[in-house]
Amino acid sequence: MTAARPWRRYSGLSLLRAGFERQRGWPPAFIDATPQSSYDVVIVGGGGHGLATAYYLARHHGVRRICVLEKGWIGGGNTGRNTTVIRSNYFFPESAALYDLSLRLYEGLSAELNYNIMFSQRGVWMLGHSRHDEEILRRSANAMLLNGVDAEFYNDAETHRRIRGLHPNPSFPIRCGLLQPRGGVARHDAVAWAYARAASRLGVDIIQNCEVLGFEISDGRVRSVRTSRGDIRAPVVGLAAAGHSSNVAGLAGLSLPLTSYALQAFVSEPVKPVLDTVLITSATGVYLSQSDKGELVIGGGLDLFPSYAQRGSLPNMERSAAGVLELFPQFSRLRFLRQWAGICDVSHDSSPILSATEVEGLYVNCGWGTGGFKAIPAGGWLFSHLLATGRSEARARAFTLERFLTGAMIDEAGAAAIAH
Amino acid sequence: MLLIDCPVCGQRSEDEFRCAGQAHLVRPGPPDAVTDEAWSAYLYQRTNLKGVSAERWLHEFGCRRWFNILRDTLTHQILHVYPVTQARRPEETGGGE
Repeated sequence: MTAARPWRRYSGLSLLRAGFERQRGWPPAFIDATPQSSYDVVIVGGGGHGLATAYYLARHHGVRRICVLEKGWIGGGNTGRNTTVIRSNYFFPESAALYDLSLRLYEGLSAELNYNIMFSQRGVWMLGHSRHDEEILRRSANAMLLNGVDAEFYNDAETHRRIRGLHPNPSFPIRCGLLQPRGGVARHDAVAWAYARAASRLGVDIIQNCEVLGFEISDGRVRSVRTSRGDIRAPVVGLAAAGHSSNVAGLAGLSLPLTSYALQAFVSEPVKPVLDTVLITSATGVYLSQSDKGELVIGGGLDLFPSYAQRGSLPNMERSAAGVLELFPQFSRLRFLRQWAGICDVSHDSSPILSATEVEGLYVNCGWGTGGFKAIPAGGWLFSHLLATGRSEARARAFTLERFLTGAMIDEAGAAAIAH
Repeated sequence: MLLIDCPVCGQRSEDEFRCAGQAHLVRPGPPDAVTDEAWSAYLYQRTNLKGVSAERWLHEFGCRRWFNILRDTLTHQILHVYPVTQARRPEETGGGE
């Protein structure tokens, strides 16, 4: 559609070369485009899922005229608000296939997109504190192995030996640990920027500060998208609006099986390296890792009432802090540096929705709830297939809206025994 | 943080309460006349409003009474507390501050 966009490969050599021009010659990572009057595909939502969808559409499906509409700025929603954990330790085969596709794509993403997303496979631990926890973790470990996902199960002594600094005798004693060695963390902003840069290079128009106000639908088919920056005609529209999916779909007269909740995260003030892995403990509902900057990154459970306020509530903050101190009393003198919340679109079975809708040409990618970040590459991969062909790829077939009619749920909320 | 005006106990902190979601859902019936679509909509589809929403709440660690509130899901402002027996959502301007 447009002429080749200015692009320069990121590498040690190009950095050195640019040094001779005082690092001034770099083109922008992506073009901040202005909307045209029509596209082949319009994607609503410039977070990780929307940008990844645009990239794979252009890269694998040869769609030429694509735009991504973002109300704010790219990666400013949940993509920039999560705790950056990537794992695929799910229970059901359908989920394992989905999230492991994502993990495998993450493993090659820095090289594919020529952008360092700082994916660090430092392992993700789930801790068990009771006989019942242990039974459920053993069941999870077996399910993971059966699904072809890596899993290692350790007893209490070995868990303590491998996770340095754990409270030797907490009031919820640690009985066992389930490790997924390939799990880890990545730089969340970089994932959005990397996909944006790669998509923009392939001619995708990334349009920020552009709010969707409505859809023109006639004869049951979507015709155009009404936005704050004018109408855009498109035969195919994909919604990837995360916590605001219900609102955007509502503009097209659709009702989705979703409820939006606030999920909080916190970082402490930065300290020297104290934790070299990721911990999840269902007993206290807390997960914890340390960022490269040295901050402890802490996540807890949802604030369990519907919310669109991206700030969260005090009781959950207290619970999360208490949960961390239960495992690491030595962190008691650390202070929270920042706190924020993202709005999570939680479906009834805590599994995502990648689906066509009653409106022809209008598709949804939503329902990732609290686990959308880890699924960005797979979400983009599978959603682009759906947008390009109108059919679900094999690994996405179980995740359509139809399951709410047939009752064929993929109930990861109960099965994986983890907070999403 | 929410300060919720329980109709029995007065103003209490949110961690004593449990939110049970959208109020005024009506179970379709009789059972053998309900279509899959209607049943699915009743079970799963929610308005999920950004703005003033009618919700059922339980004062779980208090009087254990159910009641409805009208609450803005964006500002968290509670506009109105009213009995669960009230069949319809009150006018937004009608109650409270």
